[in-house]
Amino acid sequence: MSHAPGIRWLARRLGLGVLVVLGAATVAFVAFHLVPGDPVRVLLGAETPTPDQLAEVRGRLGYDRPILVQYGSFLKALFSGDLGYSFQAQEPVSRLIGDQLPPTLELAAAALVLALAVSIGLAVATAGRRPVLRGVSGLLELIAISTPGFWVGVLLLTFFSFRLRLFPAVGSNGFGSLVLPAVTLALGLIGVFTQVLRAGMERALAEPFVLSSRARGTGQTAVRRRHALAHAVVPLIALSGWTVGALLSGSVIIETIFSRQGLGRVVATAVAGRDLPVITGVTVVSAVGFTLVSLFVDWFSRVVDPRLREAVA
Amino acid sequence: MSVPTAVGADFVPGGPGGSGGPGPGPADAVRRRVAVPGALRGVPAYVLLAGLVLVVIALAAAWPGLFSDVPPDAVNPVAALQGPSTRHLFGTDQLGRDEFSRVVHGTRVSVGTGVGATALALVLGSAAGVFAAAAGRVADEVVMRVCDVLMSFPGLLLALMVVAVLGPGTLNAAVAIGVSMTPGFTKLVRGQAMLVRRSDYVRAAVTFGRGRTEINLRHVAPNALAPLLVLATVTVGGAVVAGSSLSFLGLGPQPPAPDWGAMLADGQNYLAVSWAVAVFPGLAVTATVISVTVVGGYLRKRFEGGQADGGF
Repeated sequence: MSHAPGIRWLARRLGLGVLVVLGAATVAFVAFHLVPGDPVRVLLGAETPTPDQLAEVRGRLGYDRPILVQYGSFLKALFSGDLGYSFQAQEPVSRLIGDQLPPTLELAAAALVLALAVSIGLAVATAGRRPVLRGVSGLLELIAISTPGFWVGVLLLTFFSFRLRLFPAVGSNGFGSLVLPAVTLALGLIGVFTQVLRAGMERALAEPFVLSSRARGTGQTAVRRRHALAHAVVPLIALSGWTVGALLSGSVIIETIFSRQGLGRVVATAVAGRDLPVITGVTVVSAVGFTLVSLFVDWFSRVVDPRLREAVA
Repeated sequence: MSVPTAVGADFVPGGPGGSGGPGPGPADAVRRRVAVPGALRGVPAYVLLAGLVLVVIALAAAWPGLFSDVPPDAVNPVAALQGPSTRHLFGTDQLGRDEFSRVVHGTRVSVGTGVGATALALVLGSAAGVFAAAAGRVADEVVMRVCDVLMSFPGLLLALMVVAVLGPGTLNAAVAIGVSMTPGFTKLVRGQAMLVRRSDYVRAAVTFGRGRTEINLRHVAPNALAPLLVLATVTVGGAVVAGSSLSFLGLGPQPPAPDWGAMLADGQNYLAVSWAVAVFPGLAVTATVISVTVVGGYLRKRFEGGQADGGF
């Protein structure tokens, strides 16, 4: 097979991705202008501004121009990486996001690694095993999925920070302060990951290649690890979009509970204070991230599963 | 978007729904049974338990006075932050308000937000989905691409954005969650409607010369929507969690209204003094979500078992 279909596929997907990001930016822009009440009044806060003040701020921010002109300059600024100016933080939104992204990525990465390690272990141990074992694991997964993250966080704080004083209750300095937030964030993922992995492994274990591998003398655990697990990971990759969403919305809650710095905290503060440029900026950035992840997922699925390549090309 | 539920096939003993008759067959003798009325025969015990929890929750939402006659906002600073006792079953909060009464009285708002949001998503999603399927290719394409864009706001982010536009509050939080769930419902309804439109009874209706609007309203809409009602019960759980998440962040019901998420947020400041404020409101959310997931999962399995494959 030549590379041409692959490149055409990539170009098409990139084009669609740009459209989705543009759409997200447009939705944010429209929402911005649907706000009941005058955004300039929201910006000026509690003080009651004189009409002159209002007109002055409006002129400075360009709110007195026709809406299509505003939309045009909004898009133009977007392409040059300018996401506007935060009302509350009094700094450019792009700098605010740039500063706050690393701690959130750190938290998300720690939670993801933890969740993967635990659920791979659980799935390898329980897939296709005795009903009792699977029942217990299934019950734990149900509880892990149904328990809201904010409650888990508060419970962990109660016992590990306030009773046992093992970990700090607040802050984002050092490894110790990362443990509880990462565990909290990971817990919701573990339930879902384990279910998906186990279902995939059980499908794979029923395949003839497992039997033939066992017949050649490969041990039970080795077959699970080397053959069944690889098949089970594919549906997990397909969940990446959901995972990114869970990590991002989880970080909004968890960074608030543990008073950590990060993008989630910025979002929570911006929503409460109706700091719309920040919301718009985060929306655009997360749409870009989400699009890249789904692009990666599709590319990866094509690499792993050659049948998809022919279907699309 | 759909999150797999934990109710695996291995949990359901025998064929669900197959044992309507009262005669004790050989399979029935093996099965562990609870003394229940005929309609519930063959329903596993854990589903009955979850259903019972849901009944209690519904009663608490409708008539909180049945469970607690203490007013939820009766302040008593002398008795602040006590642990559980016979007087205060769940202890008291920082203002000495009875935590049990607040959990009971919070049911209506906390569960109502989730149910209301799901209902809104169901209505909006059905309308948009049937419209997309019925109004031709251009409309279909537009609706689907808008859904794609909205679904690129991951998780809570879309709901948070709606709250940022509308401002915090009970109703606004419910609307925000409902709106954020709408694209998923729209896509599902559209898929169903497309299937129904190709079915023989719709073709027969066309042959009989029925109008487009009549066919869409009388045949396509009801048949495309029925499976979604069952799916909606499953999503109520997620909506309740989303609602309490928003109120935990202070974006839902405003004080002094009792609400599970807001109670937890309050209690978080007093963890060093009392553990009770952190435990019970969260337990209420979790019990609700687990019960909804179990019952919804069972209904879905039973419903889909009795139907030809949906195929979307």
